[in-house]
Amino acid sequence: MIISIASGKGGTGKTSVAVALALSLEKPAQLLDCDVEAPNAHIFMKTRWEKKETVYLQIPKADEEKCTYCQACSQLCQFKAILVLGETILTFPEMCHACGGCFLVCAPKALIPDRKELGEVEEGWAGPVHFVHGRLRVGEPLSPPLIKEVKKRIDRKQVVILDSPPGTSCPVIQTVKGSDFTILVTEPTPFGLYDLKLAVEALGTLGIPCGVILNRADIGDNQVQTYLESEGIPLLMKIPFDRKIAEGYAQGQSLVEIHPELREKFQKLFHEILKGYIKNYLETH
Amino acid sequence: MKELCVLSGKGGTGKTSLVGALAALISNKVLVDCDVDAPDLHLLLAPVINKREEFMGGRKAKIISKLCTDCGRCREVCRFEAINEDFRVDPTACEGCGVCVQYCSFGAIDFPIAVCGEWYSSETRFGPMVHARLEPGQENSGMLVALIRGKAQELAEERRLPLILVDGPPGIGCPVISSLTGADGVLIVTEPTLSGLHDLNRVLDLAGHFKIPGMVLINKYDLNKEMAGQIETYCREKGLGLAGSLPYDPAVTEAMIQGKTIPECSRNGLGVEIQKIWGEIHEHLLD
Repeated sequence: MIISIASGKGGTGKTSVAVALALSLEKPAQLLDCDVEAPNAHIFMKTRWEKKETVYLQIPKADEEKCTYCQACSQLCQFKAILVLGETILTFPEMCHACGGCFLVCAPKALIPDRKELGEVEEGWAGPVHFVHGRLRVGEPLSPPLIKEVKKRIDRKQVVILDSPPGTSCPVIQTVKGSDFTILVTEPTPFGLYDLKLAVEALGTLGIPCGVILNRADIGDNQVQTYLESEGIPLLMKIPFDRKIAEGYAQGQSLVEIHPELREKFQKLFHEILKGYIKNYLETH
Repeated sequence: MKELCVLSGKGGTGKTSLVGALAALISNKVLVDCDVDAPDLHLLLAPVINKREEFMGGRKAKIISKLCTDCGRCREVCRFEAINEDFRVDPTACEGCGVCVQYCSFGAIDFPIAVCGEWYSSETRFGPMVHARLEPGQENSGMLVALIRGKAQELAEERRLPLILVDGPPGIGCPVISSLTGADGVLIVTEPTLSGLHDLNRVLDLAGHFKIPGMVLINKYDLNKEMAGQIETYCREKGLGLAGSLPYDPAVTEAMIQGKTIPECSRNGLGVEIQKIWGEIHEHLLD
């Protein structure tokens, strides 16, 4: 079963929830931090690293001797990654999405596969939890291919928890796609509510069921709860604002280290999700 | 004309509340919300929209089933696994590269430009603002960011406004790079946590990569004074200016709930602190 943790807005406590859930499970579990732009879960997991792999994207390099400047490649490329100007051909690796079309379309075979570094995928262990994350190379705009690479490590025999980046655009979609359930973490403020609505809308387009964890539940107002009731979205858990949590978080402590009693709550939450998942599975198969 | 971009690496550090506060304190500027993915600045500034335009993003492949012969060539050439076994294109996987369109011998793939969102030119009680909304699940946020920054520059020139103040998106990827390139200075808002420090590092590397001078602001510094001290030391070692520190204050959330900026409802001097911070930024980044 794959459970993704998303939020719309950043800073709502996604990573705290993902880590707490992974550390609370009694089953073999995987935690994949898919926020490759700002990976943070490792700080709380205190991971023992085992493997590191550099991830590359295949990009074209022009062989000027073979190039006939026919422009077929630059006409095909939707990302403006190849430019042919008179008798000059230029490639722009940072624009390239690695669709491979230019290699196919080049009749004189003047494009040679080259590679650009996208980032790294690191794997390790935090107790019984298999931990994986990606680190996007600084200056590299494209995160979805690296997220895909992180998700290749998914072992469906285990419970898989995916920590998503914030927002509702491509990196988030790349992360949550294929999940059986998404936990949306939010806070009871107008910002939290607005971004939660966007996230719910995005999940709706993917057809993934979701529930909400309300973090810092005692700051702010009641608008989030009113919205959840009107949409029939389950409120899974409330976590209060607590200076002790904020301080522990600052030092890299996980929620369940700061409040061990939360472990049981997260186990219960997991069983609730599992029950819904099995029910849904039986209904659809 | 100068452009200041406010970034954070990590979300939730208080970027938007800060930009809202600066909006109230500084005159003669254009505001831009570049977090097109989860825009929040409008919740504080209640913009009145003057102009609303569709944002046409990239193209998406669409198979015309009447013409499709199920030959499978499109599936062979698609590197994004966007075409399923029933020859339907998954719009969330299609990157719009057009390779399938090129290689379909039957002309069975349509390739229309998709509407990915909207952008707006608005007026707020603190001056003009350009903002946008990307449809949930859409891509090309970097393109949309570039578009609204361009519109803000036009607006600033038209009205002879000397400053563009950009509320940036979280992270270090495509929309952030698009918000940052060409800016004159970057203000990085961080919080005194290990993850805050980790993300601060990554944004600083990014600003360095594009050779943009930056300053750091530590928000909620009193949630962990020791870590705040470490971040200060770190900034000093890197030769980075510290714009200032702000305490954790529930008044920020209260202001947000009222749909107001911090100086508009600050009874406890947070507005004064932010005014001081602005002085630092102005002197060191924008002069």
